[in-house]
Amino acid sequence: MLRFALGRLLQAIPVLLVVITMTFMLVHSAPGGPFSADKAVPEEVLEALEAQYNLDQPLWQQYISYLGDVLQGDMGPSFKYPGRSVNELILSGLGTTAELGMYAMMVAIFIGVIAGVTASMRPNTAQDYVPMTAAMIGICMPSFLLGPLLVLIFGIHLEWLPVSGWNQIPGDKILPAITLGTGYAAYIARLSRGGMLEVLSQDYIRTARAKGLSEFLIISKHALRGGLIPVVAFLGPAFAGLLGGSFVVETIYQIPGLGRFYVQAAFNRDYTMILGTTVFFATLIILFNLLSDMLAVWLNPKLRQQVRGE
Amino acid sequence: MAALLDVKNLKVHFHTRNGLVKAVDDVSFSVNAGETLAIVGESGSGKSVTCYSLLDLLPKPPAKIEGGTAMFDGEDLLTCDKDRMRHFRGNDIAMIFQDPMTSLNPNLTVGEQLIEPLIYHPDKARRQDRATAKLRAIELLNEVGIVNSERRFDSYPHEFSGGMRQRVMIAMALINEPRLLICDEPTTALDVTIQAQILDLIKQLQKSRDVAVIFISHDLGVVAGIADKVLVMCNGVAMESGDTDKIFYHTENDYTRRLLDAIPEGAKTMANRAQSENLVEVSNLRTWFKDFSGPKLNIVKAVEDASLTIKRGEILGLVGESGSGKSTLGRSILQLAPTTEGTVTFDGTQLTGMSPAKLVPWRRRMQMIFQDPYASLNPRMTVFETLAEPLLYHGIADKNTVTEQVQQLMDDVGLARGHMRKYPHEFSGGQRQRIAIGRAIATKPELIIADEPVSALDVTIQAQVLDLILELVERHNLTMLFISHDLSVVRYISDRVLVMHHGVLIEQGDTEHLWANPQQDYTKNLLKAIPLADPKSERARLSS
Amino acid sequence: MNSNSTIMAAEKGTSLWEDAWIKLSKNRLALVGLGLLIFLCVISLLTPWIAPYGYEKQDLLMGATPPSAEHWLGTDVFGRDMLTRIMWGGRVSLMVGFIATAVALAIGVVYGAVAGYVGGRVDAVMMRLVDILYALPFMIFIILLMVVFGRNLLLLFFAIGAVEWLTMARIVRGQVMSLRKQEFVEAAHSLGLSQWIIIRRHIIPNTLGPVIVYTTLTIPSVMLLEAFLSFLGLGIQPPQSSWGLLINYGVETMEEYPWLLIFPGIALSLTLFALNFLGDGLRDALDPRTAKD
Repeated sequence: MLRFALGRLLQAIPVLLVVITMTFMLVHSAPGGPFSADKAVPEEVLEALEAQYNLDQPLWQQYISYLGDVLQGDMGPSFKYPGRSVNELILSGLGTTAELGMYAMMVAIFIGVIAGVTASMRPNTAQDYVPMTAAMIGICMPSFLLGPLLVLIFGIHLEWLPVSGWNQIPGDKILPAITLGTGYAAYIARLSRGGMLEVLSQDYIRTARAKGLSEFLIISKHALRGGLIPVVAFLGPAFAGLLGGSFVVETIYQIPGLGRFYVQAAFNRDYTMILGTTVFFATLIILFNLLSDMLAVWLNPKLRQQVRGE
Repeated sequence: MAALLDVKNLKVHFHTRNGLVKAVDDVSFSVNAGETLAIVGESGSGKSVTCYSLLDLLPKPPAKIEGGTAMFDGEDLLTCDKDRMRHFRGNDIAMIFQDPMTSLNPNLTVGEQLIEPLIYHPDKARRQDRATAKLRAIELLNEVGIVNSERRFDSYPHEFSGGMRQRVMIAMALINEPRLLICDEPTTALDVTIQAQILDLIKQLQKSRDVAVIFISHDLGVVAGIADKVLVMCNGVAMESGDTDKIFYHTENDYTRRLLDAIPEGAKTMANRAQSENLVEVSNLRTWFKDFSGPKLNIVKAVEDASLTIKRGEILGLVGESGSGKSTLGRSILQLAPTTEGTVTFDGTQLTGMSPAKLVPWRRRMQMIFQDPYASLNPRMTVFETLAEPLLYHGIADKNTVTEQVQQLMDDVGLARGHMRKYPHEFSGGQRQRIAIGRAIATKPELIIADEPVSALDVTIQAQVLDLILELVERHNLTMLFISHDLSVVRYISDRVLVMHHGVLIEQGDTEHLWANPQQDYTKNLLKAIPLADPKSERARLSS
Repeated sequence: MNSNSTIMAAEKGTSLWEDAWIKLSKNRLALVGLGLLIFLCVISLLTPWIAPYGYEKQDLLMGATPPSAEHWLGTDVFGRDMLTRIMWGGRVSLMVGFIATAVALAIGVVYGAVAGYVGGRVDAVMMRLVDILYALPFMIFIILLMVVFGRNLLLLFFAIGAVEWLTMARIVRGQVMSLRKQEFVEAAHSLGLSQWIIIRRHIIPNTLGPVIVYTTLTIPSVMLLEAFLSFLGLGIQPPQSSWGLLINYGVETMEEYPWLLIFPGIALSLTLFALNFLGDGLRDALDPRTAKD
């Protein structure tokens, strides 16, 4: 397993290199320099600024030195927040976003799996239609629509829950987590229903019934493992999606997380910040894809042995 | 003495989108302790549905039990509640299924699945702890003939061969010492030599435990040796039931008669039409595949160093078990599988190494019939389009004559002309195989390679298609390589036979000569394992 | 017997397409979805002629008003008619959905078909590339593209299309791979038919089903992506409008004028519903497993 993980990590290196290079080229081919948006800056100030950020060097030199810095874990200084490094900014938002993402993921997996498994147990009955219709609504109600609606209903109209901030008033984490998690709960519900239906139609489930096992054991011991493999495989992409969703949710609820920094950096054309965050996000996404792959392999004994046998 | 299981007037209906299907219609039978009842019928006869309904294993809906009783030891299985049913399942009544490859959970070890009926016994007083259960499971694994059972206990199903998995299934069924064992086509998915072993094992275990057995099969030959009583079913209705000998030797029912007559038996009755000229010569042929699917490049040596000749006008049989490479050999001769080494010569011209474009005129002269009539026809083309394609492509017909030629082809293979505009999914398996045969003879080929053309068909249909093939060979002067795993079929149709094992041709000879004097041990075992629809000789064979 | 009269006498069969249509027409939700979709497409096409007010027509004195007889869906803060704005926004949203999906379709089908048909080493390399691309954080790249090159509609089509083709390629490749091994394709080879005829007559018609289903399901996910970007202010640029952008404006004033959020939201959600239900219905109708019995 370890060697499999190492092998996959090695494969991730060229991917990361492509990401860094593409992002770097994109950012540096942008029309207008980073300081051109500001009010008329005196020529000599501009030159001084450019020299300070190495922008006067040829592009390839900038690229090499950036690559070197990134390898050492240094994402460089921020353009827009003088005196602060990208590393500091990322670190300051990371905890909040990670916490939000974790809650959202919990909402998604918990609700999604329960709804999907429940639906799969009695297909084409009310027990199937009700959760699956709810899931369809969840998919067709994107977070940037659901969030404002929740704020409108529970925050402004009913005044039950706080509508902005993070970790300031008790309960201010509930709405953001639900907003971010609902869409993924809906996807997971559909995936787990499909996976479970597939497994429940297998011959070995009939064998388990013929052995006299209880319905609970059949579902929990014989079916869940195979039925949830599509869900496990989805966790990697879901993580990438959650990151994207955090841009919206953190903007709506004014949460000082990485997602909001990223959107702000995009608006402010804070190039080093964009570059740094993109590389950071890419690394995370690749890492999580790897984890979800490994989990899927581990759940399948045949694959597990192939991996071990190598 | 009351019977152990007494089923009366069982009716099971399926309520499908296309209307009501009476899967089981008023069927009655009984089984006594220690007795073996065989339920025999073709596909769609309702034989499996009958047994699944006893243990409430049918999906409801669409299935619904409309009437009848099934008294097991004084209790009605059809009306008891779910909890009570769990006490029967796996404890009093156990079941073995057709396909051992899919009937075991791939995610759990074999041992874990074996001990489940013991550690989760619905009767709490009879539950055992894991350690005791494991000892019992290992003991049973030994009994069903699994070596190294202690180590194998922790293996996963994919580490076992098909035959071994079926042994595990049998051990699992017997672990709570049931009084009734239901076997649903337990040997159908297995090779003939493995089938013989599993039949032996079931018979032997039944004797030592005095357990009652219901044995479901489509193959009268398989049940001849082990059944005490036989029930013949067709389209949900019981046609006939009685003692095995009575059914086999003195049947009064037309359908049973037809089933028995359809079993290919004995030597070929038609003359050997082989001429002295060799139509096909294969020398030192080797076909290897590169398999990119795994983590490492894997080379599959499907055919190793095969040399053979096919004489003009003869039917050459090619027998072998699954994975022996017989299909690949057939495809290599037709240049459908890329050959690695060696040569194939057709009518004096070497085909190996020829470019696809150059091969086109040769393709017209040699055709193939495939095994699966469901996969061998393009589902989006009508019969007319399927049959017209080769005619038009090879310039045998033009736009004006094509309809008439297609109609003649349909007559030739026994299809009604009125079905010309229909699609494959609107036909039965036998009719589809007729369409596929029509496509193969459309170009008036000299050589036909038939790859298991009847093994997906019911026995009565199989007999019709075999007769059609023999008739067409005669009428169109065909030469044929007939590939099959079924030795009785090969004997019935071939003039000469080749035996293939693990990619190598190990023996060949004139059919009757080979049957009388097999030289290789493998061939001897193969011939010995053929089940015959003759209870007396089968019993003698099983008890030896 | 004259051959023409036998053709007339021949019973006509039911093709798999007709069979699928029969099944689809029994699925009420899918039919509602299809109807709604056609309705929306017609409205979008005719918007320049049937919109009740001019797209840019403002009435600053009136300002935001709730739904009324003159303005069925109310007006925004500049006094612009919401129904008109939603109709124009729908044009853009649907256009992005269809065009970006078409881009994904074109790339994905060709790429997947080549990989699946050629097979072997070529396939291994091509699919490895897809795996690598899958690992790239595309959403972030699209945002980056929008930031760097400005919010350009054409770029948006290609950026979204470039993400969505990966799954299409995988689906088509899987289909072609399994078809290539089917006996009827082998039969076509043994008849000596040319590669092109085999692809045209035997492969393509049998891959259409899954491609149609996946296309139907890609459109809503593309529309969602566009709305997401526009909501963040990184997609469609004013004076053009899309539902995502309208929702963005609606959020700013939702406390005072909730209808400015709710109506564009309903429009987007309903369209996504329609497409998803239609896609699910098509999947059930075209599933070869349900076609057999």
